[in-house]
Amino acid sequence: MGSIPRFWRENPSRYNLVGVKCNNCGRVFFPPREICPVCHRKSIGKMKPIHLSGKGSVYSYTVVEDTPEEFAMLKPYVLAMVEMEEGVKITSQLIDVKPEDVHIGMKVEAVLRKLGTEGSSGIIHYGYKFRPVNE
Amino acid sequence: MRDVAIIGIGDTVFGELWDSSLRKIGIEAGIAAINDAGISGDDVDALYVGNMSAGKFIEQEHLAALIADYAGLTKNHIPATRVEAGGASGALALREGYLSVASGAYDIVVVGGAEKMTDVGDDEITKIQAAAIDQEWESVFGATLPSLYAMIARRYMHEYGATREQFASVPVKNHANAAKNPKAQYRKAIKPETVLNASMVADPLGMFDCSPNSDGAAAVVLAPMEIAKKYTDTPIKISGSGQASDTLALHQRRDILTMDATVHASRMALKQARREVKDIQVAEVNDNYSISEIIALEDIGFVEKGKGAEFSYSGQTMIGGKVAVNTSGGLKARGNPLGATGIAQAVEIVRQLRGEAGERQVDGATVGLTHNLGGSGSTALVHILEVA
Amino acid sequence: MKTGIISYGAYIPRSRIEPAEIGRVWGVDGAARGKGLMVQRKSVPMPDEDTITISVQAARDMMRRANVNPEEIGAIFVGSESHPYAVKPTSTIVAEAIEAAPHMTAADYEFACKAGTAAIQTSMGLVGSGMMRYSVAIGADTSQGAPGDALEYTAAAGGAAFLIGTEKDRLIAEINHTYSFTTDTPDFWRREGQMYPSHGGRFTGEPAYFKHVITAGKTLMQRTGTKPEDYNHVILHQPNGKFPYRAGKMLGFTPDQLKYGILTPEIGNTYSGAVMLGLSSVLDVARPGDRVLMVAFGSGAGSDAFDITVTEHIEEFPREKGALIRQMIDNYTLIDYSTYAKYRGKIRMKE
Repeated sequence: MGSIPRFWRENPSRYNLVGVKCNNCGRVFFPPREICPVCHRKSIGKMKPIHLSGKGSVYSYTVVEDTPEEFAMLKPYVLAMVEMEEGVKITSQLIDVKPEDVHIGMKVEAVLRKLGTEGSSGIIHYGYKFRPVNE
Repeated sequence: MRDVAIIGIGDTVFGELWDSSLRKIGIEAGIAAINDAGISGDDVDALYVGNMSAGKFIEQEHLAALIADYAGLTKNHIPATRVEAGGASGALALREGYLSVASGAYDIVVVGGAEKMTDVGDDEITKIQAAAIDQEWESVFGATLPSLYAMIARRYMHEYGATREQFASVPVKNHANAAKNPKAQYRKAIKPETVLNASMVADPLGMFDCSPNSDGAAAVVLAPMEIAKKYTDTPIKISGSGQASDTLALHQRRDILTMDATVHASRMALKQARREVKDIQVAEVNDNYSISEIIALEDIGFVEKGKGAEFSYSGQTMIGGKVAVNTSGGLKARGNPLGATGIAQAVEIVRQLRGEAGERQVDGATVGLTHNLGGSGSTALVHILEVA
Repeated sequence: MKTGIISYGAYIPRSRIEPAEIGRVWGVDGAARGKGLMVQRKSVPMPDEDTITISVQAARDMMRRANVNPEEIGAIFVGSESHPYAVKPTSTIVAEAIEAAPHMTAADYEFACKAGTAAIQTSMGLVGSGMMRYSVAIGADTSQGAPGDALEYTAAAGGAAFLIGTEKDRLIAEINHTYSFTTDTPDFWRREGQMYPSHGGRFTGEPAYFKHVITAGKTLMQRTGTKPEDYNHVILHQPNGKFPYRAGKMLGFTPDQLKYGILTPEIGNTYSGAVMLGLSSVLDVARPGDRVLMVAFGSGAGSDAFDITVTEHIEEFPREKGALIRQMIDNYTLIDYSTYAKYRGKIRMKE
């Protein structure tokens, strides 16, 4: 069966970049957290969902050549740590880009892509990947 | 809390040990340590076992019971505890064992670390190791453990201008050291070109920047200092033990170029030991990737932030340098059976401090340090060992 | 009550393969085939793209350009012949991805290449009857052509999404009239469980495509009392580059009227996305008052025809908030057949 609920419950964050903002200190977190790691108790009841804009820039990256089997179709792929406009960092693949054109500071935006499947008869998982913004 | 000493050590060869099961290597190391301590099985009060993922590698959980059983210790029904913290499972088991003796709960404690990785294929191993990073927000998106360290390396190069040549000095040194270690997985020196021309794993890290998949086990016997001299003329005191945690996902760290967990754990250990970094003559530092050793040198305090690559490249961490780092060969060349590594590091330092390190001996070493990391730096353990 | 288009969005994947390259592998003069079909290259989806990701991308551009609260969308219909699941709707995933869920209805449509326009007609009924404020109709596909078959030269990937409503001060285009001509004509089909479709060869021409497109186009113009010269833009279904120009001529249109609506020569036949992308292309350049005729054709068979007038609201419509068709057509990377076969799952992998 694979793990259906485990993926399904993260869909709001994986499809729509829903994070959380601590209204006590203003910090944004992704994925959502129950309490603010800085404000602790003072943040209870003050954590509100926030949609990240999807825009960010490449903080670091690597070209993954030794990939797990489930990613073999995309090998080699660019994995990046993206610093979003809101300050949080997110890890995912960079697409629609040649590895040699990737650079730290490159502006990117989130799009929905297939993350993987649980075999040929299992569920398909979707989530965010990043592509360069057309300047 | 009373002082604790290591009175016995044991370890297997590390490598692809096709003929040995996890039970076999766990017992081999344990029995070697017990013999080295000159004790009998009946003297053991408790057992701690460090192991990252036997549940996935060999589909076996409940490991402590297994090891206690096969070590012949179940006759006395001793307490047995399995400890897990990703790649730092061994060092965490050491700390738990240490605390149990220091607190007075037990007297003679055996701490073992073991991992059997090669019973599954390479692809499976990569997936299992990725369980130490963030499954939901890193692995699912295509991150592997090496790819996270590769992003650290890339950013480090961007901020400090370091080069792959400088990074390569780490595996080159560690292979040279391992060539003198009969227990090491790779006993051959390598040239920098080999590291630089190796096939890429996740750029800028190539195959020789990354520690191998290994089977192996190591064990130590702990005793309160006050009775240690009964068992050995060379008890080695655990003068400091530090542990720290940090975010699971690398992208949530304060600064991906500093392992805050290492900084905190080393300060905690040094403070307890009343030692400064300059007192450390020999160190086993977590080099699961070449960049990790370099960053650890900075985080522990051997060199300032950003200067680690040059420090290594200029030979300061060789035997005979400012501080001899990874005389065993490190994770890269000695091998990295995940749960065993933290204990193996302690075993090497004990050998050094006893003067039993043969060709890799650091002359006059009296104070040593071990540093072990879990995942991409979410757990760090640092121990200070010294001649009693 | 008049219904119409409030917003639209589209997506075309970036890779392309040329007929010459396909022909090279199958021992055929591919370049000549391409010339004969009037197709220069066709779009190919990446392994991590499918009809769902294409639909979401188009729908998100549609939402970026619209000033609409997604919770007011009452229905989403996605028409495709390459839904990723045989059972589990594409439309619910799109609904979550644009946050229109859960107080709405959704369903997936299937009618070869006219599944998207069928969704437009349903949407017209739902909003026009006052049942809901907005309905979304999407046509998207990642169709497969059998290796070495004629269809392999044209079967392509892409999709477009339309937000249908009735608010006069928001419509960028009014749908004046729609007419459909539907028969049981088995020109092209795929049996359940088969990977590739089959077709009737030359039977797909006159008794299928031409009969339905011409009849629908002629009948619509009779009912609206319009003549060919009344239209600024004409979009006809386009399985290759030749058929729509021939049908257009037969209906009395000039090539100039067709030029913005026919994309197949540059991206291939995007099946349920074809006329939808053609309409997006026209709306990308349309001016207030432009009259548009759109005739879709789906094998099996049927044609949906629409008579549309572009309103003055197209002037303030923020097209730049989404991707323009011409940009997506021009921004591409060529791939070879082995890469194409790998991406399209035509290589047998280990289970």
